[in-house]
Amino acid sequence: MSRNSFWRYVPLTLVALIFCFPLVFMVMSSLKPTQQLLTDTGSLRAFLPVGDISLDNYFDAFKRAPVALFLFNSIMVTSVTVALSLAICSFGAFAFVYMNWTGRNVILAIIIATLIVPFETIAIPMLMIVNALPWPSTSGITIGWLNSYQVQIVPFIADGLTIFLFVQYFKDLPRELIEAARVEGASWFQVYRRVVMPLSGPVLATAAILKFLAMYNQYLWPLMVTQAEQYRPVMVGLQYFFQLNVVWGEVMAYLSLITIPVLAFYLVLQRAFIASIASTGVKG
Amino acid sequence: MKHSIIAGVLAVSAGFAGQASAQQALTMWYHGAGNEVERKILEGIVADFNGSQADFAVSIEQFPQAAYNDSVTAAALAGNLPDIIDVDGPVMPSWAWAGYMAPLEVPAEAYAGFLPGPIGSWNGQVYSIGLWDAALAMVSRKSTLDEAGIRIPTLDAPWTKDEFDAALVTLQSGGKFEYALDLGMAWKGEWYPYAFGPFMQSFGGDMVDRTTYKSAEGVMNGDAAMAFGNYWQSLFTRKLAPGTSQDPADRDSGFADGKYAISWNGNWAALGAVEKFGDDVLFLPAPDFGTGPKIGAASWQFGVSANSEHKDGANAFIAFALQDKYLTAFSDGIGLIPPTTASAAASINYKAGGPMEAFYALSAAQATLRPVTAGYPVMAKIFEKALSDIADGADVATTLDAATDEINADIEKNGGYGN
Amino acid sequence: MAANRSTLLQSNRAGWAMAAPAFLLMFTFIILPFILAFGLSFTNQRLFSPNPTEYVGMANFRALLGFGTLTLEPELDAAGAIVLDETGDATYPALRGYTRNNPDYPKLQGMREWFSFDRGDKRTYVLARDVVFMKALVNTFLFVIFVAPIQGGLALVLALMINQKLKGINFFRTIYFMPVVVSIVVVSLLWRFIYDGNNGLLNSLLGMITFGAFQPVDWLGNTATALPAIMAMSIWQAVGFHMVIWLSGLQTISPTLYEAAEIEGASKSQVFRYITWPGLRNTAVLVLIVITMQAFSLFAQIDVMTQGGPIDSTQTVVFQAVDRGYGKKDIATGSAISVLLFVIVLSISLIQRYLTREKNQ
Repeated sequence: MSRNSFWRYVPLTLVALIFCFPLVFMVMSSLKPTQQLLTDTGSLRAFLPVGDISLDNYFDAFKRAPVALFLFNSIMVTSVTVALSLAICSFGAFAFVYMNWTGRNVILAIIIATLIVPFETIAIPMLMIVNALPWPSTSGITIGWLNSYQVQIVPFIADGLTIFLFVQYFKDLPRELIEAARVEGASWFQVYRRVVMPLSGPVLATAAILKFLAMYNQYLWPLMVTQAEQYRPVMVGLQYFFQLNVVWGEVMAYLSLITIPVLAFYLVLQRAFIASIASTGVKG
Repeated sequence: MKHSIIAGVLAVSAGFAGQASAQQALTMWYHGAGNEVERKILEGIVADFNGSQADFAVSIEQFPQAAYNDSVTAAALAGNLPDIIDVDGPVMPSWAWAGYMAPLEVPAEAYAGFLPGPIGSWNGQVYSIGLWDAALAMVSRKSTLDEAGIRIPTLDAPWTKDEFDAALVTLQSGGKFEYALDLGMAWKGEWYPYAFGPFMQSFGGDMVDRTTYKSAEGVMNGDAAMAFGNYWQSLFTRKLAPGTSQDPADRDSGFADGKYAISWNGNWAALGAVEKFGDDVLFLPAPDFGTGPKIGAASWQFGVSANSEHKDGANAFIAFALQDKYLTAFSDGIGLIPPTTASAAASINYKAGGPMEAFYALSAAQATLRPVTAGYPVMAKIFEKALSDIADGADVATTLDAATDEINADIEKNGGYGN
Repeated sequence: MAANRSTLLQSNRAGWAMAAPAFLLMFTFIILPFILAFGLSFTNQRLFSPNPTEYVGMANFRALLGFGTLTLEPELDAAGAIVLDETGDATYPALRGYTRNNPDYPKLQGMREWFSFDRGDKRTYVLARDVVFMKALVNTFLFVIFVAPIQGGLALVLALMINQKLKGINFFRTIYFMPVVVSIVVVSLLWRFIYDGNNGLLNSLLGMITFGAFQPVDWLGNTATALPAIMAMSIWQAVGFHMVIWLSGLQTISPTLYEAAEIEGASKSQVFRYITWPGLRNTAVLVLIVITMQAFSLFAQIDVMTQGGPIDSTQTVVFQAVDRGYGKKDIATGSAISVLLFVIVLSISLIQRYLTREKNQ
């Protein structure tokens, strides 16, 4: 067995090397002065912590931009959107897969068709829409969502990909369970809450990760709707580092910093859901 | 209640909490996020202004430069512009035409004696004024040119086209440099029309016929422009200059590292060269390709938003900021050209005998504005693509014809841009 | 499945109620903006302009898609012989003489050569009103044709690899997913260093492997290699994304099925063919559709790495939509491009759906 499994690790490791080398390059570069970083790119030294190694780039990055603020904003906006998105999209997908209602197929087709629309091409009309929408505040109803957190959250709660993910996954769940629950008198919401959701670990994890990535990496939209630094997210913050004479060491430090939350999120999720579900199996 | 809290917060950030309640809040946007020196100088001016009078309190919102124009456009679409706008000189006519900006009401004495570049006029009115100008030079080293036996040009006797070309060939064949000339092809965007448009003009071509601003036919694709295009392409086919895939890091440090013999670069990057080579560094005027040597003029400037409810305050701030001491401060801080003789004389780099004195004269003698029309931002994009394509080996005549058609189509679609 | 469905009662009110929050949000923030964009594509709307917006009918679409042909005879010298160039090919009159201000060819005014072919002595030019957009269309299709199957297939292989029960497999799952975690903008920035023509990592690596025999290539600066380089990077970056989708599909397959197969002595390929693949049917549809749509919206890589160059060899449809809409302030044309893209991708997905449905039932 041990000999056998050794050979199973060889391809795994080779592929792993291909996938991690740019990121190793990024992290190693973040520890080097820019001048050295640039000369190192020509050799294997690019992947090694050699030469003049320090955390200076990280300190300088914090000096150049309010990095902690950007991280906070991004994590805030992203987590709230992901949570709301999982709830609302899975709820909708449940209705599409398990329930019979007039217009179901047409609506689902429209939702899937929205996957085709690249965000960049509808950003301007969308700006017009959010600028005309009301929002309740302490001083009554205000019009226009610019410079806020909600303008970065609400428009992205429901999206075709997330709904589609849930729909395709729900189709694979055993229908007998749902029908049995209905026969026993459970309401639709109870079926969703007690039967379907507990079986949906893998798709929840997948949808959460993909949504997290899409939100965390937003650039064009926050640029358009947040004129105040106080609401800016990490990808807009990246532009702070592209001055004349780009200090690549600082760029790499910033890139490394903003990558940590996403990686952490993925690690947490995969422990929580994927690993445990893999052993149980839900399909009959 | 809520209002006064906001005003208070704004005033605290500007450093004058005590006067908060009496002062009318004004907002200003600036493109300097990520640049600490620039931020501090501007914040200093704002603090001085807020302390100098009791009516207005300015607060600044900083944007990263690369995202600035898009932010302003989006904000304008949403009716959310600040009182004081920071605008890149050549873009100003476009914003004025679109109704973002109001003509300045700053007394003319405030900018008397300024270099022409920093004064942004369109349709016979001044819309914006800059606290500095920028200029370009052929940056090289005396030792390099002397060794290769190349004449050092002067403002009165710049290199001719043939002289310039011979110098490049000599330097390239000398074998000491990777490339004889660094044009900065790695800097995409506005750099292309700003840095290379004047070359085309010196050949006798242009992006648009400036007498009418209605057509580029025969100007962007006329004989002079074709001659420029062919020469431009030859710089790359003869490997005298690195092409469009130049490494941005090489652009930043290649000259100092000795990879390039001559670098076509701005005064803002000159401090590095001076630090590295001291007295040996030369800032040489642009070559004369036929109709006189030319360099681009106009940098970032300040103007007043058309929607501002307190234009008087915005104008007062701009007039206040035009004091010589601030012009000198920006120059000392980030190496920009002070727009008056007095501020230049007081500056570290541009005073008589200062290391970058040459740029002041360059700016005064060679500066040429980019086409002053609301259509400029689109022309600039088209020009950039045409020059990239030609550098990459595209057919010169076809490319310039296509660029001409695109510029003309855009002017037509915009009803002539008010010209 | 159809039988199951019929046993569920019609539940209109509850169904609509559950789908409504998602649908209303999508209607407001995706569908409505798209309808607005659709409307703008028939106008002359600018990003900003004091001029009033006017209805222009199909003009934007005609400007994007218009094309024509022109067949030319070779140039003859005074003696009537065909004039040859240095390489011995026949020469033809410059197109410029026909496409610019030539009253005999009004339809060709402003067109440019897209491509040409020879038949006998004659050369036929296919001219397009917007060559850049044509190239963008072709490049986008090339990208989809290469990237979709390779990425989908590799993702499945990787998913199978990391679905093994091995110690430390979570470590590999994480590593394989890492490129997806990093924003595509960041990845593009990093790969610019890798593809650099002078001392890029790729050139150094290839040089090392071949003991210096490899001549450095300017990967992104060469019209022949720029698009393939971007394809390779895109596959590398996004393959983990689809791996995760495959993986969640794999994990819905009950382990008891595999155990049964093992007892019956099924080979690995039999297990894949009769257990794994059928169990992945819905996942496969998902991956196919998502991958195709993502590939069609190729933008960020182009924006960071090449800006469509060199000489339009990496222009793509979405890059053009953004370039026109924002860069050239021509929202109407940008919208027209997105409408065209929508129609194209919708047709393709309908075909895909038709094909996958036929096989499955």
